[in-house]
Amino acid sequence: MTTLVKPVKEKVKSEEDIVIKSRPIFAISIIAVGIILILIGMVTSISTGAAGISFSVVLDAVFHFNPSLEQHQIVYNLRFPRALTGALIGAGFAVSGAIMQGMTRNPLADTGLLGINAGARFVLVVVFAFYPNMEFKYLILFSFIGAGLGVGLIYAIAYFAKGGLTPLRLVLAGAIIGSLVKGITQIISLVSGVSYELAFWSAGGISAVEWFQVKVIIPWITIGLLGAIAISPKLTILSLGEEVAIGLGQGTKVIKALAAVVVLLLVGASVSTVGGVGFIGLIVPHIVRFLVGVDYRLIIPCSAVVGAVIVVIADIGAKLINMPYETPLGSIMAVLGVPFFLYLARKEKRELI
Amino acid sequence: MKLVTITEIQHKRMVKSLKLILIFAILLAIVFVISMNTGTVRLSPQEVFDTLLGNSSDKHHIILYQLRLPRMIIAIMVGASLAISGAILQGISRNGLADPGIIGINSGAGLVVLLIVVMKPTSTGVNPYILPLFALIGAALTALLIYLLAFKKGEGMTPTRLLLVGIAVSAGLSAVSIILTLRLNPNEYDFVLQWNLGNLYGGNWSFVLALLPWTLLLLPYVYYKSHVLNLLNLNDALGTSLGLSLEREKLYLLAVAVGLAASAVAIGGGIGFIGLMGPHIARKLVGPKHQFMLPVTALIGSLLVLTGDTIARSIMKYSELPAGIIITLIGAPYFLYLLIKSK
Repeated sequence: MTTLVKPVKEKVKSEEDIVIKSRPIFAISIIAVGIILILIGMVTSISTGAAGISFSVVLDAVFHFNPSLEQHQIVYNLRFPRALTGALIGAGFAVSGAIMQGMTRNPLADTGLLGINAGARFVLVVVFAFYPNMEFKYLILFSFIGAGLGVGLIYAIAYFAKGGLTPLRLVLAGAIIGSLVKGITQIISLVSGVSYELAFWSAGGISAVEWFQVKVIIPWITIGLLGAIAISPKLTILSLGEEVAIGLGQGTKVIKALAAVVVLLLVGASVSTVGGVGFIGLIVPHIVRFLVGVDYRLIIPCSAVVGAVIVVIADIGAKLINMPYETPLGSIMAVLGVPFFLYLARKEKRELI
Repeated sequence: MKLVTITEIQHKRMVKSLKLILIFAILLAIVFVISMNTGTVRLSPQEVFDTLLGNSSDKHHIILYQLRLPRMIIAIMVGASLAISGAILQGISRNGLADPGIIGINSGAGLVVLLIVVMKPTSTGVNPYILPLFALIGAALTALLIYLLAFKKGEGMTPTRLLLVGIAVSAGLSAVSIILTLRLNPNEYDFVLQWNLGNLYGGNWSFVLALLPWTLLLLPYVYYKSHVLNLLNLNDALGTSLGLSLEREKLYLLAVAVGLAASAVAIGGGIGFIGLMGPHIARKLVGPKHQFMLPVTALIGSLLVLTGDTIARSIMKYSELPAGIIITLIGAPYFLYLLIKSK
């Protein structure tokens, strides 16, 4: 196994660096290019699928919708909500990951790896098993509760753990929470006999998203993203370390609580529509930090855009890879994310235990 | 077995260990009896006894001999194998949190079993004797991959990297498994789900026979290597100076750990946490010396799986609840507790 040759480029700043280097111009261009890519990706996504639909028809369906045309119906009722959801949850998971990484100062903090996604999924399954006909706008509230439980558990473990949570222990804790929750979820699905139906959904797939779900998640994700941007200056200070933050006269408790709320909104809304998709929140913040520096005022919006781009493109892959079957988005992200995770695990110089 | 000079303390330890081994053996026997009475059809102890003596109805005979006993024997072997596998991994990596499930060896074995289920030509079922071999291939490849990825020039394989790489590999394998799972029909899916959750095959002596050679060969070998594991617990420099070629010994033991985990997973499904809890509880009770610790570890592992399976059988009346889930419910909180307590 050869060691990875590092390019002689500017390395990501270690947290010991108090000097905040940031590249606002770069960040603005990432956001601008990203938004264009999202739009191109969405149009491409809408035109790909079991039935190929040309770009012109897609644009036609958007601007001159004609309900009597079947292709317009497919675009409007199936493809469009799916593409839009991809962008929304991509932003949601990426920003949640960025927040968790900043707060825990832990390069491996991703809501999937930390078991927060599993928490949301767990409560959803419970509700789904006992009240299969619950309206989505109420169902999502349970998803928030579940994500909140996940965040709370991580906070609690971090609080009680001797010597804080090193990256390794955080990931281990997440893995265990994940398997515990999976166990309970499986008992419930075995008892209620919904396991086969749940399999695809919990693997993370957006194939069945409909307008009524999109309408419910848009406001929540928007609130979450705005909240993330609002707390971003304080996150930068927190990411330099607890001591530094306190030294700069910043109360860490309030920020941590607000961050938890933002994460549970974003994760809860995302998981409620597509199930658990991990690794978006792991990969995206690293790429973004590498590009724009360590200022969270730039990291948060850039992560949102980059996350959206990646998921919209990955979802096109989900349709194409194994035609006519769908490949779950969660699996695609894991296949992309695992090598990245391995790279981080090998790169880690500090003693993680 | 090397002879150990027995000092006063050692002697006390030994007496205590032997006592504990006896206690656990008795416990296992008690659970075994309870387990024989438990299930969808409850048999009274009297009925079990009559059946064992061979004077009972055919129905009882079938339930006990064809369904319950093989399953229980599998539970005992699977528990011991997984627990010892965990003990080896913890010894090699000097990390108390290592476990074949956590570092992804189980997922490697599971993925291959899943592949076989997906690709099997007819609905004749899977040959039980082949299953452990295939699982072993999967587990061995996974272990090799983890070893290579965790290995770094100049640093060797640090325990931390081993765990992190294991988690990553495990996540990757799960993703591939999910892609495969979604191509199954509901019946196949159900089989795979049950297997994944550690549902011990009931009613099949051939599975018992398939697992038996692995257990009978590998467990004594590990015991024979107790002194090596003891030395590995010290530091590498000391071990080397005592004339051990450590890396080679580590590799042998790693191979055995993989074999134990793979055969157990192939027959018993993905039962996690046994490799974690068994050695931990044993160390707490009898200390780190492997000569004493290993037998206790094996007994605790067996006890846990048999108890889990018995509970699973008594809770669910009509559909089978996998033992693995019950064990996860106990094991996961225990793991988190260890995680919080460890320095």
